[in-house]
Amino acid sequence: MSAFDAGSVSRREMRQTWRPDLEEISHLKHTPLHALHLSLGARMVPFAGYDMPVQYPDGVLKEHLHTRAAAGVFDVSHMGQVVVRPKSGRIEDAALALEKLVPVDVLGLAEGRQRYGLFTNNEGGILDDLMITNRGDHLFLVVNAACKDADFEHLKNGLGDTCDVTMLDDRALVALQGPRAEAVLCELWADVAAMRFMDVAEADLHDVACIISRSGYTGEDGFEISIPVDSAVDVTQRLLEHPDVMPIGLGARDSLRLEAGLCLYGNDIDTGTTPVEAALEWAIQKSRRAGGDRAGGFPGAERILAEFANGAKRRRVGLKPEGRAPVRGGAKVFADAEGNMAVGTVTSGGFGPSVDGPIAMGYVDAAHAGNGTKLFAEVRGKYLPLAVAALPFVKQTYKR
Amino acid sequence: MLKFTEEHEWLKIEGDVATVGITEHAAGQLGDLVFVELPEAGSSFAKGDSAATVESVKAASDVYCPLDGEIIEVNQAIVDDPSLVNSDPQGAAWFFKLKLADPSAANALLDEAAYKELVV
Repeated sequence: MSAFDAGSVSRREMRQTWRPDLEEISHLKHTPLHALHLSLGARMVPFAGYDMPVQYPDGVLKEHLHTRAAAGVFDVSHMGQVVVRPKSGRIEDAALALEKLVPVDVLGLAEGRQRYGLFTNNEGGILDDLMITNRGDHLFLVVNAACKDADFEHLKNGLGDTCDVTMLDDRALVALQGPRAEAVLCELWADVAAMRFMDVAEADLHDVACIISRSGYTGEDGFEISIPVDSAVDVTQRLLEHPDVMPIGLGARDSLRLEAGLCLYGNDIDTGTTPVEAALEWAIQKSRRAGGDRAGGFPGAERILAEFANGAKRRRVGLKPEGRAPVRGGAKVFADAEGNMAVGTVTSGGFGPSVDGPIAMGYVDAAHAGNGTKLFAEVRGKYLPLAVAALPFVKQTYKR
Repeated sequence: MLKFTEEHEWLKIEGDVATVGITEHAAGQLGDLVFVELPEAGSSFAKGDSAATVESVKAASDVYCPLDGEIIEVNQAIVDDPSLVNSDPQGAAWFFKLKLADPSAANALLDEAAYKELVV
């Protein structure tokens, strides 16, 4: 799913960030919480066509550590919230229709449950990643901001015969993440403690009808809360009033998801990567694999199922630099310290505040993908040693 | 003599040696630093060359050599503890000392008032 990526900026480029292009800013969209971000002192950056908070005055490092120690609130309203409603009124029809676009067991998803999924293309590449929820009489999808218009067209083209597809533009989406998230939300709505990871329920938060899922993208226990636009600021402010809660920007969202080993669409997965290359086999349930009840039947099935059987030529792996220097996305990876034998590329990299050191992920040739394999990344003309490492870098604390 | 660059470096010039660091404004904009890489003493740089690198959680940024010269000393303290750059950027967290090839070239840099105007 989506987070912030600034990549590497020189200080000369930063000067442009400090004196932003006013015309560009005037074209950026605002989430319903935009004014709240400004009032909290956020530093705003363009992201996926939105003016978004990259950090608040405490900064990325403290925001990251606070989320792992207590709880953080994230504005993810830029992401697309899509309702897929079967014209027949039978949820099975919507599930089977969506299964033509995703290599996911949607039919087997119980009411009130959510699962991670991927839109694939005919070459087996990944068009986007998303969350899919069975809401009883319809499916509820959350897709990435940068892909949401294309996803909406893709859904209408793929499912329009059997389903009404609607992009919700009247709801905000806020994530509450961290070990104190449950206690904080319990003060607003006691029933939340009964929810398990990937459960979805409707709830009134101070008389506001919200849709709450026990999920997130930080590796921590937590919730994502879909809120009617008119009440978005009020509900978010109530969360922020809790002494355990801090607002968290896109900068820490990115370092949190990287430590958790989660993919950022556009960096770690895209149309040029397949689910098997991306080590996302777990997102393709047995029913959609060879020998399953509904094997194949999704775009790119031929290539993806062949890779299940034979393995992919390259694989997404964790990469742990040995020294203190961060290795950023785009760095080339080599088998030797002289940079003669290229074996891959870093797709996300930076500093992990909870790991207290540099961390990265990227794609390497299958022969070099085993945990512990020593490789070298090119950084500013030097070849820095790093090791293939198991993901995630921090223990996930989902309440299963 | 205290001088500044548009790339947010400061220079404290004594004779033909400039002590160079990044400004408080730059340190604030970069956020908490987690890694600093300094040049080797004895290396020479032209004005505008990347002489050092600072990294926050999110991004790597270059620190440019503000004038032509040779590095005669670097500050290991900020390599050992990059957070020093955030807490005392214009004091203890100097980056390197530069023996200027042409000390008079410093006259063309910004004075403190001009720099402050730039970052308002």
